[in-house]
Amino acid sequence: MGTLRESLGERLRRSPLVLPAAALLVLLLVNVVVTPGFLALRVVDGHLFGSVVDILKNGAPTALIALGMTLVVATRGIDLSVGATVAIAGSVACTWIAGASDPTDPGTALVGIVLALGLALVLGAWNGLLVAAFGIQPIIATLVLMTAGRGLAMLITDGQIITVANPLFAELGGGFLLGLPVAVVVAAVMFAAVALLTRRTALGLLIESVGVNPTASRLSGVRARGIVWGGYVFAALCAGVAGLMISSNVTAADANNAGLWIELDAILAVVIGGTLLTGGRYSIGGTLLGALILQTLTTTVYTAGIPPEVSLVFKAAVIIVVFLLQAEKVRALLHRRRPVGERVATP
Amino acid sequence: MTATMPTGTTTPAASAARSRSWRPSRRLVPTLATFVLFVALFAGGSLRYDGFFSGQVLLNLFVDNAFLIVLAVGMTFVILTGGIDLSVGSVVALSGVLSAKLLAAGWAPVPVMLLVLVLGTALGLAMGAVIHYLDVQPFVVTLAGMFLARGLCYVVSVESIPIRDPLFTAFATGAVYLPGTELYVSPSVLVALAVVAIAAYVLACTRFGRGVYAVGGSSHSAMLMGLPVARIRVGVYAISGFCSALGGLLFAFYALSGYSLAAVGTELDAIAATVIGGTLLSGGVGLVAGSLLGVLVLGLIQTVISFEGTLSSWWTKIVIGVLLLAFVVLQRVIVRGGPR
Repeated sequence: MGTLRESLGERLRRSPLVLPAAALLVLLLVNVVVTPGFLALRVVDGHLFGSVVDILKNGAPTALIALGMTLVVATRGIDLSVGATVAIAGSVACTWIAGASDPTDPGTALVGIVLALGLALVLGAWNGLLVAAFGIQPIIATLVLMTAGRGLAMLITDGQIITVANPLFAELGGGFLLGLPVAVVVAAVMFAAVALLTRRTALGLLIESVGVNPTASRLSGVRARGIVWGGYVFAALCAGVAGLMISSNVTAADANNAGLWIELDAILAVVIGGTLLTGGRYSIGGTLLGALILQTLTTTVYTAGIPPEVSLVFKAAVIIVVFLLQAEKVRALLHRRRPVGERVATP
Repeated sequence: MTATMPTGTTTPAASAARSRSWRPSRRLVPTLATFVLFVALFAGGSLRYDGFFSGQVLLNLFVDNAFLIVLAVGMTFVILTGGIDLSVGSVVALSGVLSAKLLAAGWAPVPVMLLVLVLGTALGLAMGAVIHYLDVQPFVVTLAGMFLARGLCYVVSVESIPIRDPLFTAFATGAVYLPGTELYVSPSVLVALAVVAIAAYVLACTRFGRGVYAVGGSSHSAMLMGLPVARIRVGVYAISGFCSALGGLLFAFYALSGYSLAAVGTELDAIAATVIGGTLLSGGVGLVAGSLLGVLVLGLIQTVISFEGTLSSWWTKIVIGVLLLAFVVLQRVIVRGGPR
């Protein structure tokens, strides 16, 4: 980790996390100025409530999907089908629970959840098959499932919105665990697990090597294909969990609108977090920050009283500013590094 | 921008193919396959349903999809350079809403159309400039453009605005009869076909068009060859922006209203049509005529499903997904070892 002589300031300046962290701080500050009680937390019945908790809870599905997306993007891929997977997972679980003999039984909910996640794994394996085994461009390989997947979800629910009333299933999106919303706890555990697994083992290094140069990695004995495949399976699993959260939160499955455009939000979160879309450099912490920035933006729009019709323009403007800052930052970094002689500048 | 090679001697695919020592027939296979599929679908539909085998059913494919044809043409330019444009659906909606709003405010129709076209082109130009000069991924830039355009729609109007302008209505209800028959198309179809013809000419016979193929084949080589890579890369997004705005106008003629939520997801249809038409997403290979065929196949699938009656509309999505898969795999088999 970095040379010892590097001062803290130097390391901060180089860290890709500084910009997104600063953006998040600015956003939070704006909120505190606009609504003074923004950071206040209340404890009701042993459960935490407050704007910050709301941001975490509403941002959990996007953050989870962005987590899976980070690993896919790190291997030079992209997964457009996660939104469709969200819809399919919710549809499967709700259809199973609604069709069971006892729709309120905890066992029914568990079977429904297992079914949904199992199907999500299959969908991820399908994407991985197309990308890793057939060598199809990720963007188009996952576009297939993005287009067909929502149709499949409609097929499962027969085009209806399926509502369920299962207490255990409702817990996932609306319940509390240790005072925090269950969705937040689940997302936090998955983030921690992935961060540990990729940064404390060689897995993270292998993922980066595949992202930098798949062929060279394969020739040097890295099982590139398996790693890429694993990325898509994990991304689909994250999407499946997020889909369950979303449908559990509203206790219904809406095949048409659940997770619509969530893949774009997730990709934005990943890119804002400093992960390169060209692969090879990724940041789990950055992705978390990116997802929080997006959710805080949405919340800011509501709390600051910005008219809802302007909210999308506002969001787009912030995103564009962040991208431009990052683009110039990348260039500045390249300029600074060139004299070190890392590589000869191409004409 | 003038023609530098004699027209009519080579097709674009053939000349591009020769330069990279691939046999042209192989690269035309996906487009030919799309054509065969189209004929087969139409023949199958004609055998199965009464009233399917008619010139008007065929022409209605053009009438219903005129705006999509224009979008697919713009998308073809972008994808040929190895890029992608996700903003087209939002720009369609923005053009429609903006024209409806301005017309309702008492503007004359022609300035409205010009303004919309200029705005669309400017947005495309801006996105292209960011993509090329700041070296940001096309996917990300056009995604931001998609949000921006859709957001601007809401700013203009959240409600659907009807269009009552005489010129727009004339475009919407006008029918151009084919000489000596009862068959007709809408004026929009003529616009769309003109766009296809111009685009095909530009790609096949102008320096800019050949440059588009060269940049898609290898941006770096194109630069070393002294081609104006910057102008071409920024240019294709401007073209796509123009086509999106024009598509938006055609859509407004078709719907006779402007609505913020119109044409959601149309960018995916345009990309699917382009890919099904045989354009490689990695760039460098593809024909405008293929994209036209791609749009017609998508339209035909919808027609078949509506004729079938018992099939639900979501089967359309599944069938398009399966087709997309089939063509991607076909491309993969044909261009084996090509760029990933």
